[in-house]
Order: sequence, then structure tokens, then C-alpha cells
Amino acid sequence: MSKWGSLCVIALLALATPALAQKKELPRQYGIGHAATPAQIAGWDIDVRPDGEGALPGQGSVKAGEKVYMDKCAACHGEFGESAGRWPQLAQGKGTLASADPVKTVGSYYPYLSSVFDYIRRAMPFGDAQSLSNDELYAVTAYVLNLNDIVDDNFVLSKQTWSSVKMPNEGGFYDDDRETTEKTFWNAKPCMEDCRGPVKITGHAAVLDVTPDEKTQKRNGVE
Amino acid sequence: MTEPTDRKRTSRRRFLAGVAGAAAAVAAKPALAEDAKNLPPNVADWTRALGDGVGTRPYGHPSKFENQVVRRTVPWLTATPESSVAFTPLHELDGIITPNGLCFERHHSGIAEIDPNDYRLMLHGLVDKPLIFTLEDLKRMPRANRIHFLECAANTGMEWRGAQLNGCQYTHGMVHCVQYTGVPLKVLLAQAGVKANAKWILAEGGDAAAMTRSVPLPKALDDCIVAYRMNGEMLRPEQGYPVRLVVPGWEGNLWVKWLRRIKVGDKPWYTREETAKYTDLMENGKARKFTFEMDAKSVITSPSPQAPLRQKGFTVISGLAWSGRGKIARVDVSLDGGRNWRAARIDGPAFDKACVRFYSELDWNGEPLLLQSRAMDDTGYVQPSKDALRKIRGVNSIYHNNGIQTWALKPSGELENVEVG
Repeated sequence: MSKWGSLCVIALLALATPALAQKKELPRQYGIGHAATPAQIAGWDIDVRPDGEGALPGQGSVKAGEKVYMDKCAACHGEFGESAGRWPQLAQGKGTLASADPVKTVGSYYPYLSSVFDYIRRAMPFGDAQSLSNDELYAVTAYVLNLNDIVDDNFVLSKQTWSSVKMPNEGGFYDDDRETTEKTFWNAKPCMEDCRGPVKITGHAAVLDVTPDEKTQKRNGVE
Repeated sequence: MTEPTDRKRTSRRRFLAGVAGAAAAVAAKPALAEDAKNLPPNVADWTRALGDGVGTRPYGHPSKFENQVVRRTVPWLTATPESSVAFTPLHELDGIITPNGLCFERHHSGIAEIDPNDYRLMLHGLVDKPLIFTLEDLKRMPRANRIHFLECAANTGMEWRGAQLNGCQYTHGMVHCVQYTGVPLKVLLAQAGVKANAKWILAEGGDAAAMTRSVPLPKALDDCIVAYRMNGEMLRPEQGYPVRLVVPGWEGNLWVKWLRRIKVGDKPWYTREETAKYTDLMENGKARKFTFEMDAKSVITSPSPQAPLRQKGFTVISGLAWSGRGKIARVDVSLDGGRNWRAARIDGPAFDKACVRFYSELDWNGEPLLLQSRAMDDTGYVQPSKDALRKIRGVNSIYHNNGIQTWALKPSGELENVEVG
């Protein structure tokens, strides 16, 4: 092959390579970022799944949990999980989900043990997040389960007993079905004229009068 | 967000009725005060004297005469301001872009203040190479610019049982629309190499709530962005400085702020935020989960209860519309509570999963009107009436209330949030 010919081949190869890469649509490797070490990952990898993946070493009894709860939780959530003021209620509410006044608690609404355990682990106590020891975390979770009559007074929560906990509302959820149950909202030709009978006002926000007053708000346009 | 149970809401209503019974909801602004010495034929003060020099306002602020244009809270809504919401003043804005300082804020454990030098994003789980990125690393990566709305799933959530809050800032102010700059998430994931059995990602915040949500992998590989800029400048602390996840069209809770970790997995995690919260309780006591898309929605922002009409004659009805399923194709406006509709004019860009601005002209002779708007998107979805939504979902679902809003315009020019039947 002539020198000119081989140069052409090289040029074609050079053109062909990025074109092929584009076809597969794989973003290239930029060599940016560092390998995450197992120790670094262990410090941040705090999530726990329903199947117990991510559950920690350690254990905690309902009894030990009562002390943690009274020290660190009861001021907001109430001694029996009934809530103090506007803070979330943790217990009771069973049988209310289909009523006019649903009370969503760990016992009445949460589908999985991990949903409450993982949340306490990452976000509680409010204002002192990720401060509980593994044993305190297991214990206080066991106590909240006990407040909801999900485990008995002698229960000890650990990785080993994890799968024995069955949450009452596990079957209470289903996947988004709006595209079938709300299919009527897709309508290529919505009505434009005389679409309904006479219109009556049936409710007034001003009657409730819960809108914050202008005078109660800060009026500073700059932060 | 943290919603009151109805029992509590009822007692709070009673309390407020007693304490604040005499106070007007939101009074119309008084007539604008004029000073004749600045009006023709006189020469105004500012036409004679020198103003401030350059550099006296190194980061510019709005005019001091605009100091009513602020986010506002509803103090009774939550137990504590660290886990609460401050609403966008939609009634004071126009166009499609929300100024950074006015974007609604919703935090679960307050605003994390992160030193960018100490910022790290960890990417691990079902990947070939677990990686850690610095902020500088992210800024070196290829980037995308996208304009998207962000709406909290609980926007309009206080209105399920009837008209409650008198102003679109409160009824609809958990939405904003900005331009994000960042790295497409699929580019970042490709650096780590996603394993074949991966199906979901977990996004986790670095705040004291460590806010955590599961996102299906196809969405992560489609249009999600790991964003560090909004409207050109770095994210505001309230919006997740230095890095947040952008999940176009999907409920705001997924747009994890102060993003510190992305884990790749084969199942959703069912975190508290996607079980106890952000699930939609139906009338039969069962709840929809993973209701990600925000359905098409619109609201007239002016006139509205906080932006009354001051005179009869010609005026412009102005509003916002958005859809998490695509582009807004059309917006209609009704003056008679939904009996008759006319197409509004969309002015400005209509991007995918972004806000559009619509206008409709009004010659107002002082008669009472019932103003409504109705959005349609390019999937053919038409914003339903509130009653049509209630018929299917009941009134306990808190989230995803995209029903048509009615403002009653009174002969005085004042407007009120009302329900029609």
C-alpha cells in the first residue's frame, strides 16, 4: 500500500472510532473522581432495606428502648407515641385509614420495619441526627413497635429477629395506577361551551380565615 | 411535607377563628401613594441628584419598593420552621423563570450550610468502580442546561377538603421554575459502570434529615441531572448548595438537595419518605405509592386574592401552567366558573417539563366573575376539576392535587379562593 493509502486508512479509523462510540451511546470515561474506599463507604452507607440488607450488628430490647425513648423522643412524640402538639404521632390510628380522619402512624401506616428503622437511624433524634448507638437504635425501634402492639414486651430486635416483625399495613400500598384509573383525564377535545349547569359557590376560604396576615410576615426583600 | 391530621386541623381552625376572627384574610393594597412634587410638570428628585455609584451594590437586590415580594410561611402548618415550607410569591412574578431568592423552600431538618471544599458525592452499590467526586470534579464534567419546574407533591394539599388558603402563594406556591446547570446523571453513572442487575438508585441528602428517595434506573439514565447551578449562579443554600438532584417532571421530594450519595441497587428502598410520606391515601384506606409524575396543572396568578384589581376596564389575566408528563400544549381560561372556556395565549418558551406563561385579555365592567384556568399537555392530559379528582381519590390523599382553581372576583376588585359546585 502506498504511503498515501495507509494515511487514508489511519484517517478512516480515526473517524470511525468516535462514530462507533456514539452509536452505542456510552458516555466516555473522563478519568475524573477517585475510588471510594470500603472505609469511606462504610461511614456513609446507612440505608436499610425491607429485606434487612444494611441492618447493623447489635440488638435492643423493648425495655432498653423505653429508656431511650423517654430520654430522647417522648418530649415531641408523647410518652405513648400520641404526639405532643404538632409533632408526628407514632402510635394508635389502627382502622382509621379509610375513615374521614385517617391517623397515619408506625402501626397504622408504615409498610416495613426498615421504613421506620432507617428513618430513625438517619434523621432522629430531631436536631441530633445519627447520634444513637446501634443498640440504642434497635432498642428504641423495638419500643416504638411495642407501643403499636406489633411486638410483645419481651421482644429483642436485632438482625436475627428482623424478619419476624410483620407490619400491619404492609399490604396497604399499590403502584401508581393513574394512567388507568384516571384515564378519563386524557381528552383530546375538552368541552369549550356550555360545559356544565349553573355554577354555585359552595365554599369560601375567607370564612375559614386561616391565611397568614400581611402584618405577621417579615417584609424584607433582601436576605 | 408534614401535614396536620384533620382532627388537629379542626381544632386549629377553631383556635384561629377565635383569635383572628376580626382580621381580614389578605386585605387589598391601599391605593398607591403619589407625591405631586415628582410628577409632571415638576422635575422629580431622582432627575436632579446623583445616585449611588457602581460597586455600592456588589450583589444587586430588588428595589426597596418591592420589599413585599418575599417567600411567606404558614406558621400553623408544622411543628417547627426547620421542617416546614416557605411559599413562592407567584402573584408578584411574571414570565417563566423564578428568581433564585424567591424559589419556595421546603426543608426537613433545616438548611445545611456546606463548605464546598468539604463537599463529596459518593457513587456506589451495584457498580464496577465505587467513586467519590469533589465539587471541582463535577464542574470539570460535561454539562447540560435545562429549564424545569419543581413542584412539591403537597402543593395545593391543604385544599382537598375545600377552599382554605386565600392566595395563590399559599395554594400554589410550592412550585418554581429555573434553569439548572449540571452533569447528566447518566454520564456520572457511566464513570462508575452500572451492573446489569441494577434497577433503582437511592439518592441521599447530606442534611440532618439525610433525605432519601428511590428513583427507578430508567429515569436516572433518561433526563436526571446532578445540578450545581440555578439561573447561572451556584445553587442557593435553600435549594441544596452545592449540589442537588434534578428529576424533571417528578415530585419535588425526589430532587434531593445537598446530595451526598447515590447508591445503585436492584430494588426500591421503601424509605420513610416514600411510604409514610409521599404516598397517596385513597378513600378505601389503600395508598398509591411511587406516584412520581406531577400531572398538568395551572393557576391564574394575577388577578388573585393577593393581587386584586384596582380599576375597571382592560386588564390582562396572567397565569402559570406546567406538566410533569411533557410540554404544555394549551391553556384555557373561564370567566364563569367552568361553563365556557376560551383559549389563552402562551407567551414565551414552552419547554418540556417546564412552566409556561399564559395570558388572557379581560375587559372588566365590575361584574362578579369566577376565574379559572385549565392546562392541557402534549400527552392529551387535561387538568381536571377538583370534584373530578375527589370522585376518584377522596379527600385524604394530601399529595398531587392538580384540580382547577377558582378565584371569585368581586365588584370591589378583591378576589377570593372559592369552591364551586
